[in-house]
Parts: sequence; structure tokens; C-alpha cells
Amino acid sequence: MSSETIALSTVGPDARPIGERLHDWIVTVDHKKLGILYILYALFFLVVAGIEAIIMRIQLIVPHNHFVSPQIFNRMMTMHGTTMIFFMVMPILFGFGTYLIPLMIGARDMAFPRLNAFSFWMTAFGGLLLYFSFIGGNGLYGAGTAPDVGWWAYAPLTARAFSPGHSTDFWTLALLASGVGSIGAGVNFIATILCMRCPGMTLGKMPLLAWLNLVVGGMVIFCISPLTAAQIMLCIDRYLGGHFFDTQAGGSAVLWMHFFWIFGHPEVYILVVPAFAFVSEIVPVFSRKPIFGYPIMVAATIAIGFISFSVWAHHMFTVGMSSYGNSFFVFTTVAIAVPTGIKIFNWLGTMWGGKIQLRVPMLFCIGFLFQFLIAGLTGIMLGTAPFNWQLSGSYFVVAHFHYVIVGGIVFALFGAFYYWYPKMSGRMYNETLGKWHFWLFIIGFHLTFDFMHIPGILGMPRRIYTYEPGRGWEIWNLIVTIGAFFQAAGILVFVVNLLWSLRKGEPAGNDPWDAWTLEWSTSSPPPDYDFAVTPVVRSRRPLWDLKHPEDPDWKYE
Amino acid sequence: MSSAAYTRTTAEPAWILPSRGRVGMFSLIGAECAIFTIFVVAYIFYIGKSVAGPTPRDVLELPIFSTICLLSSSLTIHLAVGALRRASMSAFGLWWFVTMALGTIFLVSTGREWHHLIYDKGLTVSTNLFGTTYYSLVGLHAFHVTVGLLLIALAMIFTLFGKVEPEHSERAEVFSLYWHFVDVVWVIVFTVVYVIGR
Repeated sequence: MSSETIALSTVGPDARPIGERLHDWIVTVDHKKLGILYILYALFFLVVAGIEAIIMRIQLIVPHNHFVSPQIFNRMMTMHGTTMIFFMVMPILFGFGTYLIPLMIGARDMAFPRLNAFSFWMTAFGGLLLYFSFIGGNGLYGAGTAPDVGWWAYAPLTARAFSPGHSTDFWTLALLASGVGSIGAGVNFIATILCMRCPGMTLGKMPLLAWLNLVVGGMVIFCISPLTAAQIMLCIDRYLGGHFFDTQAGGSAVLWMHFFWIFGHPEVYILVVPAFAFVSEIVPVFSRKPIFGYPIMVAATIAIGFISFSVWAHHMFTVGMSSYGNSFFVFTTVAIAVPTGIKIFNWLGTMWGGKIQLRVPMLFCIGFLFQFLIAGLTGIMLGTAPFNWQLSGSYFVVAHFHYVIVGGIVFALFGAFYYWYPKMSGRMYNETLGKWHFWLFIIGFHLTFDFMHIPGILGMPRRIYTYEPGRGWEIWNLIVTIGAFFQAAGILVFVVNLLWSLRKGEPAGNDPWDAWTLEWSTSSPPPDYDFAVTPVVRSRRPLWDLKHPEDPDWKYE
Repeated sequence: MSSAAYTRTTAEPAWILPSRGRVGMFSLIGAECAIFTIFVVAYIFYIGKSVAGPTPRDVLELPIFSTICLLSSSLTIHLAVGALRRASMSAFGLWWFVTMALGTIFLVSTGREWHHLIYDKGLTVSTNLFGTTYYSLVGLHAFHVTVGLLLIALAMIFTLFGKVEPEHSERAEVFSLYWHFVDVVWVIVFTVVYVIGR
């Protein structure tokens, strides 16, 4: 098998008509094309949901502002949260996973290519449904447009009486559709990583990105499913007159909270573990050292995966639980900080004594390390019940989770973009524009989310469309809104860089970073079949072994 | 085969990975378990919380016969897969058909039970919490039986046209995992709805 030879097709500009090329993208089952589709789709929604955030920030820039009505503010708030979680961060992470996992484990495609395409189109259809609500949400009642129930849609806001028209139905069905897609992606990740590895790549020799995505796959199938189940119940309530969350017929609004957060908290780790995976690949390459504590990283990730299913009710301290319930969820919430802390020390250990190259991907990863640490610390503060009673539902919480999602996940994502852009496009990005993006974005990020903690401590509740002057909140809201514009400028530079480099960038070559994992052994962009010959690996850094036959890794592992 | 290739294969242990069909199906079953768990939790949580009748004790009868049918279909599909692996096609066709018949009997008796509940007892999804949770949980299971039966029927049609070969035995086995799962879920639903909840 290993001696087969394949004639390499010469890669030239595709001369076929545009319709034919587009058709290729629609019907494709190739993991690279689907990965890029996921990423482009998510970038589109990043811009859409970013605009929604800007609208909210303009409304809050001064007290008693009349930029948008309270109703529109509620819709913007709901759509921003729902879009960013389900149609931006999740698809983009699935996109990177779909693109990179087969390349990193030396396979030619995912385990189930058609399921892969199905998952993407279900997710895409979900996003379409959600945004169709702006047009179709009126229904026959002429009431409501886009959903306005908040991204966690607590009962009884979703009941027919409080949510006439079809706005909530679009929200439910969108999450149901994209949930089916996510479960498909989770199944595919697990099957690919367990069953498609190239010869020699035992579980202990897989790149950390593959390991971490294996854990993500497991978390997706066990945590998205409860959301799917809860959405089915909500559909039964709204369409068939069921009473699951109808308190007047004996149903329970609190049950929805439990079901939502059983999904909701592991979801945070579904989003952040792939970010960990990017950092675990990028930091070693730009520190010129192998990852520090590989087995501990794997163990910590698995520990996070398990513990994340037992922390959900720390979102519900203010709802009221017994002291035993409170103690349990405080304990698990603090316990999950331990494996997370181990990871931070391992990345620092990888950088320690390395020859650090401050290229753009590494800059974003260093930003990630610093910000994710702070996000974790405010997380422990909020995970402590007495502190939570004081600050739950305030802007402090908003600042905390945006620190996790923007400061942590989005920074790691941008790092991943710059790191794998040469592989996906075949061209280098512009380093200067990349640094502009980094500095604009990090300044904007800190202006927005550092100062957002303060009005929270001063008592400003989240989800209000305006506020009274004279409470000491004005200056902080002004700074926060100014920061949002810095971030938007950073994103603009990023998009310009992507588009410009696609045409004018330097050709990247196979391995611009002198990296060590298998995706860099094939051409950029990789051919349809990924690898002409199935690679055989003997260590965690197969390309190091290839480049340094005198001192290979497998002698020491 | 050249001698060089021969020494290479003996020097390195064979590279065997788990079957992706089985791993994929087990992952899907994991996801389905989570969905059913949520519905079962909701059912148990709402036992006795209905503010109006009818109650489970008033209207539910133990579906012993259909339960026996469904559970024995697990055995027959196992025998069918075994026959396919041994390449005895007639035995495969017979056991596969029996599986389909048993599954259909189960589905028909669920339908009759629902008909009885709706038209004779006046219990619908919107009657009370018991109705909501009962139809949801039993309906979710019946939906899974229906999907399974459609796939079995498809394979049955292929069998009748002689398109099923012994090399398809792994696919049949992967499907049988799903069917076993549906049966195990019924054991839980039966216990929760007809034993604990009644």
C-alpha cells in the first residue's frame, strides 16, 4: 500500500466558468471546502452580529438615548447573543476542525463526508431561518418580528401569551436545525479522530488539536442534545398546547432554566476547548519548543469535559436553591478552574526559555493567555454564590463572559486565522496589517470589556435599553462604546487583509512557519486528496523527524 | 509480493483502527441517550403534578404483549445479522422479516393505545401535564421505532431484489445497534411510564 504512486496534478488557475465552480462548492463533500464554507458563513454572521452589538452600544452611549426603540433593542440583544454563539463561534470552530483534523491525522477526508456536508447545510439553514424571522416573524397575527426573548429564552416569555406571532418559533426551529447539524459534526469528529488516523499515529501521538477536538465531539453529542430536547418541548408547548413550561397548568419555568443551562454551560467549554487547541498548536511553533506537558494537557482537557457537565446551576444561584445545591455548584465551579489553570501553566511552560517569535498568530495567543486568565478569575468570583447574589444579572456578568468569548475564544480564533491562512489560501497574509488588526482590536477590547465591569459593580443591570443619568454609569458606558468602534476598526482591517492577501499575498509554500504537524507536509492549499501517499508517523512531531533525521523525536517519546 | 514488502509488514505491527460505522453509531446513540434523558427527567419531575385529570392510574394499561414483541425483535435482528455473516441468505431474509413484523406490531399497538386514550378517555397533549409528558416521551420513542422500521423495510426491499450480500453484514450490524438501543429505551420508558408513574 505504501508504495503506490499518484501522478500529481499541476495546480493552476481554475479556468472553468463561475457557475460550474460555484456548483462545485454547493455539492462538495470535501472536508477542506466544507471547512472553508463553515468559516466564510461564520465570518458573515460575525459581521452581522457585530453590527447588532454596535447598535446596542450606540443606544447606550448616553442616558435617555433614542437611537432605537426598546423593542428593537430587545431584538438586537437576542439576535446578537443567539447569532454569535450558534452561527458564528460554533460554525467557525467546526470549520477549523473539519478543515484541519483530517490533515493533522494524515487522513484524506472525514469519516463520513456526506454527513459532513449535511451538518454544514443544516447549520446554514438554521442561520437562514433565524434571520428570516425579520421578514416572516409577523405571521398571521401581525405581531413580533425577530425573536426578542433573550438568548436563553426563559419561560414564560416564550409562551404564546407573551410571544405572539412566530418570532419565538423561528428562534426555536433555528436552534433545532443547527443543533441537528452540530450533533452530526460531533459524531463525525469522534469517528474521524478514532478511526481515520494514519499508521503509527496512536492516541498518544496525535496532535493536541485532534485530542481536544475529540473531547469537543464528545461534549457536543452530550450537551447539544439536551438543548434539542428542550426545543422539542418548547415546540410542543407552542404548537400542540402542551404544558411543559406552563406554570398555570402545573408546569415549571425553572425546569426550562435547568435544561437550558445543562446545555448552556458545557457549551461554553465546547467553544473554548477548540480555542485551547489552536493555542496548543500555535504557541509551541512560535516558541520553537514542543508543547510542555502533553499528557497533562490531554488529561486536563478530559477533566474539563467531565466537570463541565456538573456546573450548570451556577447560572441559577439567584433563582434559589437549597444550601446543599449552592455548595455543590460552587464546589464544581471552583474545581473546573484547576484543570484550566494547569493548561495556562503548560502554555507558559512551553514559552519559558523558548525562542519566541512575535508574529501575528503568537501575538493573538499571548493576548488570549492574559485575557483568558482574567476571565477565569472573574468566573471564579461569579461562581461563588454570595458574590453571585450581588452581581448576577448585572453588567459585571456581561463583562465576564465577553472576556471569555472575545478575550479568550475570539483572540485564539484570530491567531488560528493568521496561522492557517497560508495553508488554506496558499498565500501569506500582510504582517503589518495583521499587527494593526491586533493592536486596534486589543485596545478596543480592553476599552470595552475592562470598563464594562465597573457599571456592573455600580449596579447597572444587563439588558436595559437605557438608563437614568446621575448614577455614575455615563462615563463608563461612553468608554465602552468607544472601545466597540476600535474593535470594529480592527475587524475591518482583518477583512481587508484577508481579501487583499488572497490576491496579492506572497506565495506561502508548504511550510511557512517551519512547523511540525502533518498539514504542513502537503502543498498549500492542499490537493483534493490531501496526501498523495498516506503518511506514517513515529512521534508527535512528524515533520521535525523528517527535517532532523539525526535527532528525531521518537527516540525520546 | 516482493520480499522487501514482506519484511516491512512483519517488522511493523498491523495498523488496526476501530470501525467508523460502529464508532459513529455509538456516538449517535450517546446523543440520543441525552435527548431521552431530558424527556425522562421531565416525565419523572411532572409525575403527580397535573392540576386536572385524567391520571395515569385511570387510563393506562400495561402494554405487555407489544413489549414482548419489541424486546424479542432484538433477538431476531441479532439472529438475522448472524445469518448474514454466515452468508445464509434465506435465514437472514426470514429473521429480518420477523423483526420488521414484530416492530410493526409494536407500532400498531401504540397507535391503538393512543386511539383509545384520545377518543375514549379524552386525553390529549393539551389536556394536562400527564398528557403532555406522556405523548412526548412515548411519541419520541415511537418516532425512533418508526425511523428504524423504515430502514428495516428499505433493507427488506433490497433483500427481496437480491441486492444484500454477506459483505453488508457490518452495516446490518451497525443498524442493529440502533435497534437494540431503541429496545433498551423502551425498557426505561416502560418502567417510568407504566410502573413508576402509574
